[in-house]
Formats: sequence, C-alpha cells, structure tokens
Amino acid sequence: MNANCENCPVHNLNTLQRMGIEMKDFDFVVALMGNPNTGKSTVFNALTGLKQHTGNWPGKTVTRSEGGYIYGTRKFKIVDLPGTYSLLSMSADEEVARNFLLFGKPDVTVIVADATRLERNLNLVFQVLEITERAILCINLIDEAERHGIQIDERRLAKKLGIPVIKTAAREKRGTDELLYFIDEVATGSYKCNPNRATAYPPEIEKALIKVEKLLLGEFPYLPNTRWIALRLLEGDQSIIEAIESNDIQELIQQNEMQSA
Amino acid sequence: MPNKNLIEEVNKIRLTLGQNIYDEVTASIYKKAGEVAKEVVTHKGEDSGKQKLDYWLDKLVTNKFSGFLIMFLLLAAVLWITVIGANYPSDLLSNLLVDRLHPFLKNAALQIGAPSWLVGSLIDGGYLAMAWVVSVMLPPMAIFFPMFTLLEDFGYLPRVAFNMDALFKRVGAHGKQALTMTMGFGCNAAGVVATKIIDSPRERLIAIITNNFSLCNGRWPTQILLSTLFIAPLVPSYVAGAITAAAVVFVAILGIAFSLIVSWGLSNSALKGQASAFSLELPPYRPPKILQTLYTSLIDRTLIVLWRAVIFAFPAGILIWIVSNVTIEGESLAAIFIHWINPTALFFGMNGVIILAFIIAIPANEIVIPTILMLTILVASPQYLGASAGTLLEVNSVNTTLNILKLGGWTALTGINVMLFSLFHNPCSTTIYTIYKETKSFKWTSVATLLPLIIGLLVTFIVTQFWLLFSV
Repeated sequence: MNANCENCPVHNLNTLQRMGIEMKDFDFVVALMGNPNTGKSTVFNALTGLKQHTGNWPGKTVTRSEGGYIYGTRKFKIVDLPGTYSLLSMSADEEVARNFLLFGKPDVTVIVADATRLERNLNLVFQVLEITERAILCINLIDEAERHGIQIDERRLAKKLGIPVIKTAAREKRGTDELLYFIDEVATGSYKCNPNRATAYPPEIEKALIKVEKLLLGEFPYLPNTRWIALRLLEGDQSIIEAIESNDIQELIQQNEMQSA
Repeated sequence: MPNKNLIEEVNKIRLTLGQNIYDEVTASIYKKAGEVAKEVVTHKGEDSGKQKLDYWLDKLVTNKFSGFLIMFLLLAAVLWITVIGANYPSDLLSNLLVDRLHPFLKNAALQIGAPSWLVGSLIDGGYLAMAWVVSVMLPPMAIFFPMFTLLEDFGYLPRVAFNMDALFKRVGAHGKQALTMTMGFGCNAAGVVATKIIDSPRERLIAIITNNFSLCNGRWPTQILLSTLFIAPLVPSYVAGAITAAAVVFVAILGIAFSLIVSWGLSNSALKGQASAFSLELPPYRPPKILQTLYTSLIDRTLIVLWRAVIFAFPAGILIWIVSNVTIEGESLAAIFIHWINPTALFFGMNGVIILAFIIAIPANEIVIPTILMLTILVASPQYLGASAGTLLEVNSVNTTLNILKLGGWTALTGINVMLFSLFHNPCSTTIYTIYKETKSFKWTSVATLLPLIIGLLVTFIVTQFWLLFSV
C-alpha cells in the first residue's frame, strides 16, 4: 500500500470495516454522548454496522454499549452512552455518561445534537468542552430540521466552538463518512481542536482551583480531569464529594478504564 | 481518613470564595449557548404543515379522554391482528413440528437402536417441548413485536407515558414509571434495568417492584392463546375475534391497575414520600422505517425471545420427561406432586399440573403453556404419545391444544384463572436476578418476587369462589 493511501479519506472509507462488537484490541476510544433522543444509537449503528435496537423515545439507552470499526489501519472502539441533558445532574443513567467522560478518558468525544433543538443541545456541548478538548459536534436529524425550514451554518459554528461540526442524518446514513473522517483526524491529532470555553473565572477562583487540584493529585495521583472535579468540589457537588469521601472514585477510575492495545 | 481531610480542606477554600460558582457557571453556559445558537441558526418560513399535524395529533393522543381511548383501541387492534394472524401459521408449524417431525424422529431413533429412555427424554421430552414453544409462541410473537416496535419508532410510547403520568403522580410514584412500565410490556428484566432513569431511590424501588405487572413478551402469547381457546367459545362467533382481543386488553389493563394500586400502597406505607417532578420531552413523530423496523424487531425481539424460550424449553422438556417417568412405588414424581397439590390448586380454580408447570417455567414464562401440555400428556394420559402418529393429532394446532387441555380437565374457569395467574405470579428468574442486581437488597427482591404471587393467589381464589357461587 502506498503511504499516501493511509491519509486518503476515499481509500479509508473504501477499506472501512464495521466490526460490530468483535473489538478486542483498539487504538482509540470514541465516546458518543448527547441529549436524550437525538439519535446516538442510530449514529452508533451507522458507525459500527451493529443493529442495536433504537427507539423514538428519550431514555432508551440506560447503560453503555460498545462496538467498533477499523478505519484505514486504525482500530476504533466506540462507546454509546445514555442520553443526558447536563453533566451536572444526578440520575443513574446520566451518571454513567458523566463518569465515562471523566474517568474513561475517551480519545474523541462525539456529541450528538438534535438539529431542531440546537440551542438547548449547545448547553451540553459547552459543558463537555469544559472537560475535554478533543470533541466533535455531530448535528444529527438534519433532514428533520430541513423539513422544518431550519438552517444551520455549520462552518460558522465550528469556528465559534473550535471543534469540527458535522451535519448528519444518521437514519439515511447521510454525513457519516465525514464523521468517520473527522473522528480519525481528531483521534490522531491531525486536527487540533481549540475549544472555545464558555466560562472565564475570576483570578481568585483560578487560584482556589489550583489549590484544590494539588490536594486532589496528592490523594489520587492518577485522577484525570482534576480541574473539572476541583470545580465541582468548590461548587459543593454532593455526588463528587461522596465519591471522594467513600473512596468510590478509585473504583470509578478502574471501572471506566479501557485497556487499549 | 485522609479523604475526609481533603474535603475539609476544600470546604475551607470554598468559604473564602463566598459566592455561588455553580449558578455563575451555569448561567454563563446558557448565555453562551443562546448567543451562539442565535448566530448560526436561521428559521425560514412559518410552521410547516407537518408541524401543524404534529401539534394536532398530540392534542388528540394526549387528551384526557381521547388519549386513553386511542391507547386502548390501538392495543386492542394490535392484539386483534395478532389473534387473527397467528392462527394459520401456528397450525402449519404444529402440523410440521409436532404431528409429522416428532413421530418421524422417534421412529428413526428407535430404528437405529437408541435406548428408549434416551429417546423418551430427548425426543418426547426436550424436542417436543421445543416444538411446542416454536409452534405456539413464534407466530404471535412474529406479528405482535414488529407492530409494537413500529408504534415505538413512530414516537407513540412517550405519549403513553405522558397520559399515564398524572395517574402515577396521584399514587405517589414517578411519572417516568410509565415509561419503565411500557418497557416491561416487552421484557420485565429490561423494564427493571430501565428504572435507572428514575432519580429518586424510593420511586425507583416502587417502579422495580411493580414492573412485573406489565405483561411481558413471554406472557402475551399465553394470554392470546388462552383467550382464543376459552373466552372466544363463550360468545357468538361473529364477535369472537374482537372479544378475544378485548379479554387480553382487559388483562393488560388489570395489570396496569394493579401497578397503580400497589404503587399507591407502597408509597403510603413502606416507601412513603411525595412524587418528584420531572420533564419528559415528547419527540417529534417520525415516519417509521418499516423494513428496518421489521428486521430489527425480528432479530432483536422475536428471535432473541424465541431463542431464550427454546434453550429453556429443551432442558425443561427433559426434566418434565424425567419427573414424569421416574417412579416411586409405581407413581411418577410429577404425579406424586400433582396429586398432592391438586386439592389445594382447586381452591384457586387451577390444577396440580398448572402449579407444577409454573414452577418448572420459573426460568422463562414462555414455556408455561408447552409445559402444561407436556405434563398433561405425560402424567394424565401417556397413551396420547403412543397415538401421536394416529388419530388424535390430526386436528389443527389450536384444537390439539384445546383437546389436550380438556383431557387435563380444563374448563373456561381454568382458562380465566391461568390467564390471571400468568399476569400475577412471581417474575421469571432472569427478572428476579436483575432486581437483585439493581436493588442489591435481599428484602426488596423477596418483596418483588412474592407480592405478585400473593396477589395472584388472592385474585384467582376470589374469582373461583364467585364463579362457583353463581354457576351452581
């Protein structure tokens, strides 16, 4: 194979292998998250070739399911997370999603948004961008939005957010090729995300954050996303406080850890 | 406790900040999202015709009166199509698997000199149970599940939840319990797992305990079959189909009613508390992808459920053959148990065979009817098997089933009671295990297991006593 082939999207798509659940070792982990009923499972199926049961109602996926595919020479493991409106709320299925993002350290996070309700979906996007840099916004259900006369300027949005934005209609397999391409780009670091964070904190909070982060790392040297956890602690987030007090946080890190090849 | 110290340290730092960061962060995120959305989204034209239709449809299906009416009519229509449609393929399968293949296999096995106990346990036991599961269960499942999935894809289920929400709230349960209950109509184990969407532990526990009152995949076909056999003959033939479906709808609604009553009971006793608020988004109606839905529901539901039934039926069939053939002082183990429990079972309008079948079928509700058929044949009239190549099995499957059940002494009352008991009895072992995994509590698992059983015994007892009172 010519070396250039490996970088050519056309070649990579032609050699795409949907691996279903037969994914033993992998190079990258991709997390799928988004508001309820935005079609995450449909996107998941389109990427993995699996026929996971999908349903037109919020709350269908309550535990995470996993699948995979090979794009070019790289193996991707993809994790479909339960829908969540926010990373700050508490129900058990939403915690599954949040914990994976925090402690599973996915290489790429694909946020699936409903094109007909973009504003509300963007709230979650900004929350995710607080935690991770390497994210892609997948605006799904674009066919429905078009039928309703809604138009979205995705280039402008990509500039605003600092991450790739792809429009898809996963039910029709529209836009999934582009999504595969950008997942690869972001995972390998060819595309550098430069997320635009919604919040700038006053210096005294920044100082406090640094102090708390130090405390955390002293206790849990392998803790990822310390900044976000420190912020939650300063806000008095009960579920995080309990997780640290009861030492459950160690278990959470192990549970969500993916052994990559 | 070093971790406690950490939290204390953090709290000290927190106090020096003296402001509510949480609100600030949330507010800035919302503001930013609003700004960005305004910049990149343009809305052309007015509401399209489809939106108006959606709006209109929602008014209709979530209205207090028409909403419930549409719900029951839809369920009845789906069941009616299932009842009508399942008959013929059921005959065909039964003819093929039970009437033809069974004697063929048996003769072939005997001819190559296999010992009779082996032929008996594998073919009269394992194979026959499997054959019955396939012919009795597959046709209704293959019709019922895809239709149910189409409704789900269309976006109807959240509307059902929306309609039920007010009722659940009134009994002190979480509105999302309507969703998990609807999930339970597919599979109770799945319904129990789905209760994760309920935040409050109290309301989640109520949803778990009452999920078994949703008729599941394994029980719908039992209801449909028994209704066809025992309810239809009670009415003139031109309304038989409609009444058969209506009877099953009635059982399903009875389940919902008990779900509400038990929720009310729990939230006013052991699990006291107020219902918490939640938001439920009604998704847009989407034209279902018919072919894809048929495919996934066939693979996801029908085949998986059938496969589960088959793998449970084979060992169960062997077990049934063994307990019917291992004898103590000339009486088989099954017969000893059946005769012992029979007088008690009669109080509840059932018989010993039925009770034993429900025990053997604890791993899978799907095999209750096949188990009853096998036990009836093996214990009550073993000569039936010898004749299986001959006269008795010439008739079509529904009549075969009816004949066997009548051999076992069934009346309309038995049929009705087994329908009720199939609704109200312990969950299958998978569900019980799932409940334990989700609650991590032996106590609540026992409650969830035994409560429906007790209700079932009470209900069948009352029905039987009234029936006997008025029929004399």
